[in-house]
Amino acid sequence: MEARFLLGFLLLLSLSSFAFAIYEDQVGLADWHKRYIGKVKHAVFHTQKTGRRRVVVSTEENAIASLDLRTGDILWRHVLGKNDAVDQIGLSLGKYVLTLSSQGSVLRAWNLPDGQMVWETDLQISNPSNSFLHALGNVKSGRDSLSLVCNGGSIRAVSSIDGLVVWKKDLSVDGLKLKHVFQPPESDTIYAIGFIDSSLIALYHINAKTGELLKHATQASSVDLSSEISAISSDSLVALDTSRSNLLLIKFMAGTITNHKLPLSDIVQDFSGLAELIPTKSNDIFVVKTPSNVAFIKVKGDNEIELIGKADEAGIVSDSLTLSEEEQAFAVVHHSNNAISFQVRINGREALTEGIKIEDHRGHVKRVFLNNYVRTDKSHGFRALIVMEDESLLLMQQGEVVWSREDGLASISDAVVAELPVEKEGGVSVVEVEHTLLEWLKGHMLKLKGTLMLSTPDDMAAIQAMHLKSTERNKMTRDHNGFRKLIIVLTRSGKVYALHTGDGRIVWAHLLTPLLQSESCPSPSVLTLRNWRVPHRKALQENPSILLVGRCGAGPESHGFLFIVDSYSGKVLETQILDHSIAEVVPLPLADSSEQKLHLVIDDKLNAHLYPRGSDALEVFVREMANMYYYKVENAKEVIKGYAFKKGCSTGSSAYCFGTRELWSVVFPSDSERIVAAARRKINEVVHTQAKIMTNQDVMYKYISKNILFVATVSPKAAGGIGSAAPDEAWLVAYLIDTVTGRILHRVTHQGAQGPVHAVVSENWVVYHYFNLRAHRYEMTVIEIYDQSRADNKDVMKLVLGKHNLTAPITSYSRPEIATKSQSYFFTHSVKAIAVTTTARGITSKQILIGTIGDQVLALDKRYLDPRRTANPSQEEKEEGIIPLTDTLPIIPQSYVTHTRQVGDLRGIMSFPANLESTTHVFSYGIDLFYTRIAPSRTYDSLTDEFSYVLLLITVVVLIVAILVTWAMSQKKDLQEKWR
Amino acid sequence: MEKGKAMARRWAVDFSDSSSSSHPTVADPPGFARSAPDLDETSGSRQKKDAEAAWKAQKAWEVAQAPFKNLLMMGFMMWMAGNTVHLFSMGITFSALWQPISALRSVGKVFEPYKDPKVDLNAPRLLFIALNLGGLLLGMWKLNTLGLLPTHASDWVFSLPPAKEVEFAGGGSPFY
Repeated sequence: MEARFLLGFLLLLSLSSFAFAIYEDQVGLADWHKRYIGKVKHAVFHTQKTGRRRVVVSTEENAIASLDLRTGDILWRHVLGKNDAVDQIGLSLGKYVLTLSSQGSVLRAWNLPDGQMVWETDLQISNPSNSFLHALGNVKSGRDSLSLVCNGGSIRAVSSIDGLVVWKKDLSVDGLKLKHVFQPPESDTIYAIGFIDSSLIALYHINAKTGELLKHATQASSVDLSSEISAISSDSLVALDTSRSNLLLIKFMAGTITNHKLPLSDIVQDFSGLAELIPTKSNDIFVVKTPSNVAFIKVKGDNEIELIGKADEAGIVSDSLTLSEEEQAFAVVHHSNNAISFQVRINGREALTEGIKIEDHRGHVKRVFLNNYVRTDKSHGFRALIVMEDESLLLMQQGEVVWSREDGLASISDAVVAELPVEKEGGVSVVEVEHTLLEWLKGHMLKLKGTLMLSTPDDMAAIQAMHLKSTERNKMTRDHNGFRKLIIVLTRSGKVYALHTGDGRIVWAHLLTPLLQSESCPSPSVLTLRNWRVPHRKALQENPSILLVGRCGAGPESHGFLFIVDSYSGKVLETQILDHSIAEVVPLPLADSSEQKLHLVIDDKLNAHLYPRGSDALEVFVREMANMYYYKVENAKEVIKGYAFKKGCSTGSSAYCFGTRELWSVVFPSDSERIVAAARRKINEVVHTQAKIMTNQDVMYKYISKNILFVATVSPKAAGGIGSAAPDEAWLVAYLIDTVTGRILHRVTHQGAQGPVHAVVSENWVVYHYFNLRAHRYEMTVIEIYDQSRADNKDVMKLVLGKHNLTAPITSYSRPEIATKSQSYFFTHSVKAIAVTTTARGITSKQILIGTIGDQVLALDKRYLDPRRTANPSQEEKEEGIIPLTDTLPIIPQSYVTHTRQVGDLRGIMSFPANLESTTHVFSYGIDLFYTRIAPSRTYDSLTDEFSYVLLLITVVVLIVAILVTWAMSQKKDLQEKWR
Repeated sequence: MEKGKAMARRWAVDFSDSSSSSHPTVADPPGFARSAPDLDETSGSRQKKDAEAAWKAQKAWEVAQAPFKNLLMMGFMMWMAGNTVHLFSMGITFSALWQPISALRSVGKVFEPYKDPKVDLNAPRLLFIALNLGGLLLGMWKLNTLGLLPTHASDWVFSLPPAKEVEFAGGGSPFY
């Protein structure tokens, strides 16, 4: 009855909260938003004397950003689409940033100070290949300056002011690849040099104003040319041959081409292996990187070259920086242990060497961008932007790191949640208590003033500041409500970060792969991370830990490795290089005596290896082995296969290695179906009840199984993008498959529908999103699954006496009868990611978290996706909260979890429960990170932050005083009465 | 209501009953003789007693019937409250349940003032109990119409945890 009461109460609450949002001043109380840019691949400095010093960067995450050189803050940032990779960036006219993207087919100009797009030009390149951009400084037609985009054998000149293509020249030579364009000063002729089929060198003279071809010449090369070149002066360039051991010096003067072959071994004494030409734009100096060293080579006169400098260890070399006509500077950076040595070489000679200490979790240096500034004594000072192995970005100046950005966090690939340490007993002094009490009272007085609208703007600001800096949320200990946790994330570079849910700060960060790098493990990469130990009952004194799984090489046969990392400190507890490969890691719902979760690592030969290695783990697993199964979705082969485990494996005799036996397989006909999506329930999701109560007090039993796999297939023609197939050729089939027996529980075909499909499975339902070609709209479908075989359990007397089998363990082999209810709705947005809220006990109603195309997270009540919705619900149904059926799911602006924030390039949404049943954490990641807490049915189990305790206190005090006064008065009156 | 009537007769000094039965050990004072002229007086007191017994019986019946009015009023209130679960209907229903229960608990006390050897209180008592039980039933019926009685299967299974699964299958798409 009590629970029923609670349910009614919940219902009332949920009815009242059809749509809810937060107030403006609540932004930032529970949520945080961090902006990143990703791994920098190009950087252009803009350090004029006036105005802000900034650097414009483009990244592997297809972002373009302008960073403040003093602080590293983002001044502006744009994230281009997924298929719009930036090829090159440049500055034009000193006020525009030009970006060439999509393999050289789109050129855009951005306003440098504020990042607004000025123009965009689609260059309509038919066969995109490696293009390059050349901003001509001195082709002036009026105030305009032209930018040249070369692609294969064609050149386009684009006006920098409005982005119009001024002229276009197609040289129409087969196999021509233009390599370099230059323009001698004070000349109207452009020289374009290219290679034809790696054997011919071609030179073209083009009129810069009209694009007219003036002259052209070709000459056979003495060696096979590779694509690496280095332009060393206005009339010569250096190319590397395909064997990477010879240089070719190419000179072109007055329409003739000369080339001269120079073996590298003549120049660099101890040369061996493959050389690499570092692209530079400098006067007569070029840089060759060989496996053993970096050589700076100067070209002297005709065909004479000289080695002018050598950096012994193979370091990272920056692009050249022109200081003056004669002086060229390069930065060479070496990395050793936890320090880097930063060396600036001017014309190959060492000009400056600085050693800089660097945290060892950043790994090696990957890229360097050099920039100079003029000191007060007119000498040159240097600063450098350094990209590290963990994709972080550092600015170095005068031997120290001025700022650093953790841009590795822009490429999160996986995340888990861990608890914080338990707070230690005692240790709070009286003074502290008094102080906090005073603060507390003061705070509440302020809040009271705020609620009574008596506060001044200063008070308002104080309230806001108090909200934000509340120390409670940033403590490093566990709290009662479970609001403070650690989110442990894995990034593409293999770095692991622990983020605090209070403010998103990095608690610890480690790049673990360098620890492993050895001959037995040449190129370690981390694949995934899992919770290894989640202590709650038996092993509370043990710290929780995380399992990191990776492999040593690129192929699926390469050996795997495991790391076990302490969640509190990030300390590596155990490292193990495995003697088998890793194809899959299966966490089992079992744990050994010290609360370590059992994991099966499946190798490429389908053997299962049990971890942790321990006799009690083995015992636990062997006891349960008959009930453990493994399934594999092979997207490429359109097959799903199920396996059972057996003792003894094919590769060794280890007791921890188990073989597999194929039990079933579902083969989709490859000429009509392609697997596009698969989803299953979260292994740790908690479901509160198995019964679904209808309006007429009828009961339906949910089919709750952890072994349901949702698979969506589309017709092969519809496997491409939207528009690739006609509605008649497209269909989408949704399957619900039991992964123990391979039984298809349910199958439904949507004619005229196609992917991309995003699906989420929770409790007894599946929600999936796809495109309807006939309606030209996105659609969402919900399927609810009910267990028909238990539907007769309706006799009240039997239930009262407990004579039912509803809580008896169930097995998939009993072939339960399934009934499904389903409904489809239109949905306006396309979807990037989809997830569902999870709470500690599964009582709170669910919300579906949808990552929209606008990079926001929308919380959609599950009640909108309820197959029982009808167009005209009865009074009782309305009371129960069934919403009248509409064809479209509503998008209520207030239900955006991310409010006004955007999570650039949103890739994943994660929801994990707090201890408080009403509340759940939501963490979404892309280039940016966004975290918040939401309460899908409002916080019915706790008082909100705005609750005025002072008002309550005052009321209580007033009441007590009133009681005392009236009591005294009545006493007096009684006495008088008696004397009368 | 019953209380009000009981208040009217909170105490009574029975001057008429001076029979020796109450004080058998105390002898009559000297010079006092129980004699015939007293008979008149006793017959007068008997009449009085009868009247009082009749009055008591009447009052007891009145008290016994009082819950009926209550019942009607309760019924009206319930009808007014409607069939949805909210504060008002809940309050009405619980008071409708509580009143008969408290009345039944105090059955003895209610009829205390009308205790008389000559008055048979069993019949009014039974009526009182019956009417209160009727009230209780009305309250229960209301509780049921509000859906607060566990008479449906749904009330017994809604909090049943999901059954445990014997098998577990893990897996997915392998890493590539």
